[in-house]
Amino acid sequence: MVWYIVRRFLQLIPVFLGATLLVYFLVFSLPGDATAAICGERGCTPAVVAGLREQYNLDQPFWIQYLLYLKGVLTFDLGTNFSGRPIATIIAEVFPTTAKLAIMALVIEAVFGIVFGLIAGLRKGKIFDSSVLVLSLIVIAVPIFVLGFLMQFLIGVKLQWTNPTVSGDATFTELLLPAVVLGLVSFAYVLRLTRTSIIENVNADYVRTATAKGLSRRRVVVVHVLRNSLIPVVTFLGADLGALMGGAIVTEGIFNVNGVGNTLYRAVLNGDGPMVVSIVTFLILIFCLANLLVDLLYAWLDPRIRYA
Amino acid sequence: MSHSTGHQTATPQPLLELRDLAITFSTSNGDVPAVRNAHLTVMPGETVAIVGESGSGKSTTALAAIGLLPANGRVSNGSIIFDGEDITHASEKRIVELRGSSIGMVPQDPMSNLNPVWKIGFQVRETLKANGLPSGPQDVAKVLAEAGLPDAASRANQYPHEFSGGMRQRALIAIGLSCRPRLLIADEPTSALDVTVQRQILDHLDTMTEELGTAVLLITHDLGLAAERAHKVIVMYKGQVVEAGPALKLLTNPRHPYTQKLVASAPSIASRRIESAKKAGVRTQDLLAPSVTATAALDRVIEVEDLTKVFKIRGSWGTSTDFTAVDKVSFSIARGTTTAVVGESGSGKSTVAKMVLGLEGATSGSIRFDGVDITTLGRKEMFDFRRRVQPIFQDPYGSLDPMYNIYRTIEEPLRVHGVGTAKMREKKVRELLDQVALPSAMMQRFPNELSGGQRQRVAIARALALDPEVVICDEAVSALDVLVQAQILNLLADLQSELGLSYLFITHDLAVVRQIADHVAVMEKGKLVEQGTTDQVFDNPTTAYTQALLAAIPGAALELPPEVA
Repeated sequence: MVWYIVRRFLQLIPVFLGATLLVYFLVFSLPGDATAAICGERGCTPAVVAGLREQYNLDQPFWIQYLLYLKGVLTFDLGTNFSGRPIATIIAEVFPTTAKLAIMALVIEAVFGIVFGLIAGLRKGKIFDSSVLVLSLIVIAVPIFVLGFLMQFLIGVKLQWTNPTVSGDATFTELLLPAVVLGLVSFAYVLRLTRTSIIENVNADYVRTATAKGLSRRRVVVVHVLRNSLIPVVTFLGADLGALMGGAIVTEGIFNVNGVGNTLYRAVLNGDGPMVVSIVTFLILIFCLANLLVDLLYAWLDPRIRYA
Repeated sequence: MSHSTGHQTATPQPLLELRDLAITFSTSNGDVPAVRNAHLTVMPGETVAIVGESGSGKSTTALAAIGLLPANGRVSNGSIIFDGEDITHASEKRIVELRGSSIGMVPQDPMSNLNPVWKIGFQVRETLKANGLPSGPQDVAKVLAEAGLPDAASRANQYPHEFSGGMRQRALIAIGLSCRPRLLIADEPTSALDVTVQRQILDHLDTMTEELGTAVLLITHDLGLAAERAHKVIVMYKGQVVEAGPALKLLTNPRHPYTQKLVASAPSIASRRIESAKKAGVRTQDLLAPSVTATAALDRVIEVEDLTKVFKIRGSWGTSTDFTAVDKVSFSIARGTTTAVVGESGSGKSTVAKMVLGLEGATSGSIRFDGVDITTLGRKEMFDFRRRVQPIFQDPYGSLDPMYNIYRTIEEPLRVHGVGTAKMREKKVRELLDQVALPSAMMQRFPNELSGGQRQRVAIARALALDPEVVICDEAVSALDVLVQAQILNLLADLQSELGLSYLFITHDLAVVRQIADHVAVMEKGKLVEQGTTDQVFDNPTTAYTQALLAAIPGAALELPPEVA
């Protein structure tokens, strides 16, 4: 098991190298002069441009640039963005907000998705099941920005239950609404996945045997149906956590959350190469770690799976 | 569960009584009756067997007794009386009270009836706990040890997937009997197990239920097994009880036509019959399907010599250990005859079949087909070889492509090997369907529209499409009901004499071997321990293993009166 975890961490190395190389190359081959983004409309003097080129290694060929960047990362120096702020500081500043939002969204989608899915699965074909299925289909079908603006308008502006946008402090109550919007689509998937899984397991032979032992209905459902049904759901939730941690560009944009997604979006607009590469790399690592977490959770939930 | 029903002292009140029971399933096509007018009584301490083929309603009837019908099933008529109490429409609460403590169950398939994510001990403990019995670790270990599980205390900490099939079934028996129920419903408790394990488990179940005075409702498809184990046998057919009575009486004097057919074709009884008849001086050949033993002594179509297969098993930290699945096995198949390789699961018999088919490479040794060693064949020669040696596999549900209709399934090998034109191929498919006694109208149907027996006929037609010389049957009839099994075995025998085929029959079922094989090779743990003609092996088994296998055939202990034999 230890060996397995070590191996998984070693696997992160080629993933990291490949991802940074790819992203670096894409940013490098963007058309236009990177210094133009820094200098803005008025332009800079040729001397300043040359200075900037040297500062960001833009005068070097691609490979040298990339290797210099790697050297920086390995010495825990992500460099500065085009505005001159250290990139590590910016990530440290925005990531906690995104993480908070992601975890809130995950809890919402997990709790509601599993509970609703369990009830729907046990009452397959009844009214509750059918209506929940239709509702979840609507949630999946409507684009997230429509849902986001709709809820922002209804709850934030009309009913004024919460602030329509999130302030710099990003308090729990402010983040609640964006978290609901963010979790909504995954909630629909979790619900459907749980429901299918429950329906499959409720007719399993071992469930019948458990009933024949004289266990109460409640115990049969919780101990024998639910636990087995959660295995695919947990896999989905883990992968979703990785995606949520990467920030939600649309949702963060709608609610003006100062998170990873918003920062990345601005960096792309500004053509801020170092910033884009660093954030994307960071996100890839987070995603890989989330996946590792899923695999370990999976082994814990299903004893038949043993990693060696 | 001995045959001593004679001495019942107290006024006998039946423990379980089903009166005119009818069970209906509601499906999208309306109500379908599954069981009609089922009538049976089980006295305290008595063993009653329900016999029937799959779909006869035997399991449904028994499950209804503890309220375990599937969600769409219901008791539509009649009543279930347990120990004088009418529980037909008892409350959920009352049924939960009865389950486990008064009525226990041992289910059919040990592979799917234990929850894979909980330890064995946990699954025993919750049973004891739910029925208000002490459930400490020593209580759990005691229950498991009673069911014959060795080293029970530490075994309780393992998960189901770390248990063999036999051990799992012991755990399920432990669970079923843990709360000392007065009635045990045993639903095909051993049909998924090897014969020797089957015998051990059934013997153990017998001893336990006798000691505890538990009544047993045994559900089985094997009439021989039922007759051997039960006081009373009930035969069900298409949802109805067609015949009931003491076991031996049913065997000697079956009155209903279905029971007569069942008695005539049950392999365990058929093989008993051959034995009794031999004692009476009848030659085996007259009783068996026709086969050509005499002429084929010299012409050997397949010769296997010192065949060995070693698998590497991956261990932790990158180590690997060798596992010898097949160890220096030598045998040969004479043209036009049937050779059976017999063994229990894990004996390496299927690996032998795969190597002979060229699907698995041999580690060492040779397989000669018509004098040519197939382990040295190139790609093209291998392709030609495949044409002459064809397989029929065990599971007729899994081995046919569900997206191919029957015509395409049978025609595919012809097309792959570029045989004839489209018109000629169609003609050939019609001929093949005719040979396996299927109507040619079936060509456009898909596998899911066919019964198990029909599918296996399709699999045979496909195997015969390329006019092979050798057909390798890997447990080809094991998944089928006895009557269908008999039909398929007859079909195979007919095709053999018609087309001069040679069969390599891989099976765990000795009763089947006796009916079809000319030669038998017995495998144990990768080694070939005994071989000879079927009569030699069955009459004078030389190794203890073969003797144990033979003794384990259900029905072996039956004392059949001469008129049945």
